[in-house]
Amino acid sequence: MAIEVRIPTILRTYTDGQKAVEGKGDTLADLIDDLDSRHAGLKGRLITEQGGLHRFVNVYVNDEDVRFLGALETKLADGDSVTVLPAVAGGAERPARAAVTAGGSF
Amino acid sequence: MLELPRQMLDEIVAHARRDHPDEACGVVAGKDGRATRVIVMENAERSPTFYRFDAQEQLRVWRSMDDADEVPFVIYHSHTATEAHPSRTDISLASEPDAHYLLVSTRSETEEEVRSFRIVDGQVAEEALTVI
Repeated sequence: MAIEVRIPTILRTYTDGQKAVEGKGDTLADLIDDLDSRHAGLKGRLITEQGGLHRFVNVYVNDEDVRFLGALETKLADGDSVTVLPAVAGGAERPARAAVTAGGSF
Repeated sequence: MLELPRQMLDEIVAHARRDHPDEACGVVAGKDGRATRVIVMENAERSPTFYRFDAQEQLRVWRSMDDADEVPFVIYHSHTATEAHPSRTDISLASEPDAHYLLVSTRSETEEEVRSFRIVDGQVAEEALTVI
Protein backbone atom coordinates (compact mmCIF):
# COMPACT_ATOMS: atom_id res chain seq x y z
CA MET A 1 0.00 0.00 0.00
CA ALA A 2 1.05 3.52 -0.63
CA ILE A 3 -0.38 7.02 -0.73
CA GLU A 4 -1.98 8.10 -3.97
CA VAL A 5 -1.29 11.69 -4.98
CA ARG A 6 -3.41 13.39 -7.65
CA ILE A 7 -1.42 15.92 -9.64
CA PRO A 8 -2.98 18.96 -11.39
CA THR A 9 -2.37 19.66 -15.08
CA ILE A 10 0.09 22.49 -14.44
CA LEU A 11 2.42 20.21 -12.40
CA ARG A 12 2.31 17.16 -14.68
CA THR A 13 5.52 18.31 -16.35
CA TYR A 14 7.18 16.93 -13.20
CA THR A 15 5.40 13.57 -13.39
CA ASP A 16 5.85 12.73 -17.09
CA GLY A 17 2.26 13.67 -17.67
CA GLN A 18 0.86 11.29 -15.06
CA LYS A 19 -2.37 12.40 -13.38
CA ALA A 20 -1.62 10.45 -10.23
CA VAL A 21 1.56 9.15 -8.65
CA GLU A 22 2.31 7.13 -5.54
CA GLY A 23 4.47 8.03 -2.62
CA LYS A 24 5.08 7.35 1.02
CA GLY A 25 5.67 9.26 4.22
CA ASP A 26 4.42 9.63 7.77
CA THR A 27 3.61 13.29 7.27
CA LEU A 28 2.78 15.50 4.30
CA ALA A 29 6.29 16.98 4.48
CA ASP A 30 7.81 13.46 4.27
CA LEU A 31 5.55 12.58 1.36
CA ILE A 32 6.58 15.69 -0.57
CA ASP A 33 10.27 14.86 0.02
CA ASP A 34 9.62 11.33 -1.21
CA LEU A 35 7.83 12.59 -4.34
CA ASP A 36 10.59 15.09 -5.04
CA SER A 37 13.18 12.27 -5.03
CA ARG A 38 11.45 10.83 -8.11
CA HIS A 39 9.84 13.95 -9.54
CA ALA A 40 12.56 16.54 -9.04
CA GLY A 41 11.26 20.09 -8.79
CA LEU A 42 7.82 19.26 -7.48
CA LYS A 43 8.72 20.25 -3.93
CA GLY A 44 9.70 23.74 -5.05
CA ARG A 45 6.22 24.26 -6.48
CA LEU A 46 4.48 23.20 -3.27
CA ILE A 47 6.69 24.63 -0.54
CA THR A 48 8.08 28.14 -0.26
CA GLU A 49 11.71 29.02 0.43
CA GLN A 50 10.63 29.77 3.98
CA GLY A 51 9.54 26.15 4.33
CA GLY A 52 5.78 26.61 4.47
CA LEU A 53 3.10 25.32 2.19
CA HIS A 54 2.65 27.68 -0.75
CA ARG A 55 -0.25 30.04 -0.13
CA PHE A 56 -1.77 29.44 -3.56
CA VAL A 57 -1.61 25.66 -3.55
CA ASN A 58 -4.42 23.66 -2.03
CA VAL A 59 -3.53 20.24 -0.67
CA TYR A 60 -6.21 17.86 0.53
CA VAL A 61 -5.83 14.62 2.47
CA ASN A 62 -8.87 12.40 1.98
CA ASP A 63 -10.68 15.50 0.68
CA GLU A 64 -9.89 17.63 3.76
CA ASP A 65 -7.93 20.85 3.28
CA VAL A 66 -4.61 20.31 5.10
CA ARG A 67 -4.71 23.88 6.39
CA PHE A 68 -7.29 22.57 8.85
CA LEU A 69 -5.43 19.34 9.58
CA GLY A 70 -1.89 20.42 10.44
CA ALA A 71 -0.46 21.69 7.16
CA LEU A 72 2.90 20.02 6.39
CA GLU A 73 2.77 18.13 9.70
CA THR A 74 -0.48 16.40 8.73
CA LYS A 75 -0.14 12.70 9.56
CA LEU A 76 -0.50 10.24 6.71
CA ALA A 77 -1.13 6.52 6.54
CA ASP A 78 -1.02 3.92 3.77
CA GLY A 79 -4.14 4.11 1.68
CA ASP A 80 -4.64 7.84 2.19
CA SER A 81 -5.43 9.89 -0.86
CA VAL A 82 -3.77 13.26 -1.40
CA THR A 83 -4.99 15.80 -3.96
CA VAL A 84 -3.04 18.86 -5.07
CA LEU A 85 -4.96 21.69 -6.73
CA PRO A 86 -3.60 25.13 -7.55
CA ALA A 87 -5.81 27.76 -5.99
CA VAL A 88 -7.84 29.71 -8.52
CA ALA A 89 -7.23 33.31 -7.56
CA GLY A 90 -6.42 36.74 -8.89
CA GLY A 91 -7.87 40.18 -8.92
CA ALA A 92 -7.66 43.69 -10.23
CA GLU A 93 -4.87 44.76 -7.92
CA ARG A 94 -2.30 43.24 -5.69
CA PRO A 95 -3.85 43.00 -2.25
CA ALA A 96 -1.95 44.80 0.46
CA ARG A 97 -0.69 41.58 1.94
CA ALA A 98 2.92 40.55 2.22
CA ALA A 99 1.94 36.90 1.86
CA VAL A 100 1.14 37.28 -1.81
CA THR A 101 4.53 38.60 -2.80
CA ALA A 102 6.36 36.40 -0.30
CA GLY A 103 4.56 33.37 -1.71
CA GLY A 104 5.56 34.22 -5.25
CA SER A 105 3.70 33.04 -8.28
CA PHE A 106 2.42 29.52 -8.53
CA MET B 1 -10.97 31.57 -29.92
CA LEU B 2 -13.64 31.04 -27.31
CA GLU B 3 -17.19 30.23 -28.34
CA LEU B 4 -19.78 30.77 -25.64
CA PRO B 5 -23.56 30.48 -25.86
CA ARG B 6 -25.36 33.80 -25.23
CA GLN B 7 -27.25 32.30 -22.30
CA MET B 8 -24.02 31.37 -20.50
CA LEU B 9 -22.47 34.76 -21.12
CA ASP B 10 -25.62 36.43 -19.79
CA GLU B 11 -25.44 34.26 -16.67
CA ILE B 12 -21.80 35.24 -16.08
CA VAL B 13 -22.44 38.96 -16.58
CA ALA B 14 -25.50 38.80 -14.30
CA HIS B 15 -23.37 37.13 -11.63
CA ALA B 16 -20.71 39.84 -11.95
CA ARG B 17 -23.35 42.57 -11.65
CA ARG B 18 -24.96 40.87 -8.66
CA ASP B 19 -21.69 40.70 -6.71
CA HIS B 20 -20.51 44.19 -7.70
CA PRO B 21 -18.61 46.00 -6.10
CA ASP B 22 -16.93 42.76 -5.01
CA GLU B 23 -15.28 40.62 -7.65
CA ALA B 24 -17.28 37.63 -8.84
CA CYS B 25 -15.71 34.37 -10.00
CA GLY B 26 -16.65 31.03 -11.44
CA VAL B 27 -16.00 28.31 -13.97
CA VAL B 28 -17.52 27.13 -17.20
CA ALA B 29 -17.08 23.40 -17.47
CA GLY B 30 -16.40 22.05 -20.92
CA LYS B 31 -16.11 18.85 -22.86
CA ASP B 32 -14.50 18.25 -26.24
CA GLY B 33 -13.74 21.94 -26.64
CA ARG B 34 -17.31 23.07 -25.94
CA ALA B 35 -18.84 24.78 -22.93
CA THR B 36 -21.25 22.55 -21.01
CA ARG B 37 -22.34 24.48 -17.90
CA VAL B 38 -21.66 27.59 -15.84
CA ILE B 39 -20.67 26.99 -12.23
CA VAL B 40 -20.98 30.09 -10.05
CA MET B 41 -18.30 30.02 -7.34
CA GLU B 42 -18.01 31.75 -4.01
CA ASN B 43 -15.36 34.46 -3.84
CA ALA B 44 -13.83 33.42 -0.51
CA GLU B 45 -12.09 36.81 -0.31
CA ARG B 46 -15.29 38.88 -0.76
CA SER B 47 -13.13 41.72 -2.00
CA PRO B 48 -13.45 44.45 -4.63
CA THR B 49 -9.85 43.84 -5.72
CA PHE B 50 -9.18 40.15 -5.17
CA TYR B 51 -10.81 36.77 -5.68
CA ARG B 52 -10.07 33.26 -4.63
CA PHE B 53 -12.18 30.14 -4.97
CA ASP B 54 -13.15 28.57 -1.67
CA ALA B 55 -10.78 25.59 -1.36
CA GLN B 56 -13.41 23.06 -0.33
CA GLU B 57 -15.88 24.19 -2.98
CA GLN B 58 -13.15 24.07 -5.61
CA LEU B 59 -12.33 20.46 -4.73
CA ARG B 60 -16.01 19.48 -4.99
CA VAL B 61 -16.43 21.22 -8.34
CA TRP B 62 -13.16 19.84 -9.79
CA ARG B 63 -14.23 16.33 -8.71
CA SER B 64 -17.65 16.72 -10.30
CA MET B 65 -16.02 17.84 -13.54
CA ASP B 66 -13.62 14.87 -13.40
CA ASP B 67 -16.52 12.49 -12.87
CA ALA B 68 -18.34 13.97 -15.88
CA ASP B 69 -15.19 13.91 -18.07
CA GLU B 70 -15.31 17.70 -18.12
CA VAL B 71 -12.46 20.17 -17.74
CA PRO B 72 -12.29 23.71 -16.38
CA PHE B 73 -12.92 25.19 -19.83
CA VAL B 74 -13.31 28.83 -18.77
CA ILE B 75 -12.19 30.52 -15.55
CA TYR B 76 -14.08 33.78 -15.23
CA HIS B 77 -13.89 36.68 -12.84
CA SER B 78 -14.84 40.33 -12.75
CA HIS B 79 -12.93 43.55 -12.31
CA THR B 80 -15.22 46.09 -10.75
CA ALA B 81 -13.36 49.35 -11.36
CA THR B 82 -10.84 48.56 -14.08
CA GLU B 83 -10.78 47.14 -17.59
CA ALA B 84 -11.53 43.54 -18.53
CA HIS B 85 -7.86 42.66 -18.92
CA PRO B 86 -5.72 40.35 -16.75
CA SER B 87 -3.87 42.20 -14.01
CA ARG B 88 -0.37 41.37 -12.82
CA THR B 89 -1.94 39.36 -10.01
CA ASP B 90 -4.14 37.45 -12.47
CA ILE B 91 -1.12 36.60 -14.59
CA SER B 92 1.15 35.53 -11.74
CA LEU B 93 -1.52 33.29 -10.22
CA ALA B 94 -2.95 31.78 -13.41
CA SER B 95 -2.75 28.02 -12.89
CA GLU B 96 -4.87 26.43 -15.62
CA PRO B 97 -2.83 26.58 -18.83
CA ASP B 98 -5.59 24.86 -20.82
CA ALA B 99 -8.37 27.22 -19.71
CA HIS B 100 -9.78 30.34 -21.31
CA TYR B 101 -9.59 33.25 -18.88
CA LEU B 102 -12.72 35.35 -19.24
CA LEU B 103 -12.68 38.84 -17.73
CA VAL B 104 -15.82 40.87 -17.12
CA SER B 105 -15.65 44.52 -16.15
CA THR B 106 -18.59 45.97 -14.27
CA ARG B 107 -17.16 49.50 -14.14
CA SER B 108 -19.94 50.63 -16.50
CA GLU B 109 -23.51 49.97 -15.40
CA THR B 110 -24.77 49.88 -18.96
CA GLU B 111 -21.97 48.63 -21.17
CA GLU B 112 -21.12 44.92 -21.36
CA GLU B 113 -17.34 44.59 -21.26
CA VAL B 114 -16.15 41.00 -21.63
CA ARG B 115 -12.85 39.74 -23.07
CA SER B 116 -11.15 36.37 -23.28
CA PHE B 117 -7.48 35.48 -22.83
CA ARG B 118 -5.05 32.61 -22.61
CA ILE B 119 -2.49 32.85 -19.83
CA VAL B 120 0.40 30.40 -20.11
CA ASP B 121 3.75 30.68 -18.33
CA GLY B 122 3.14 34.32 -17.52
CA GLN B 123 2.32 35.20 -21.13
CA VAL B 124 -1.06 36.73 -21.95
CA ALA B 125 -2.70 36.41 -25.35
CA GLU B 126 -6.10 37.89 -26.05
CA GLU B 127 -8.36 35.75 -28.20
CA ALA B 128 -11.61 36.29 -30.05
CA LEU B 129 -14.78 35.76 -28.05
CA THR B 130 -17.62 34.55 -30.22
CA VAL B 131 -21.12 34.51 -28.80
CA ILE B 132 -23.20 31.72 -30.31
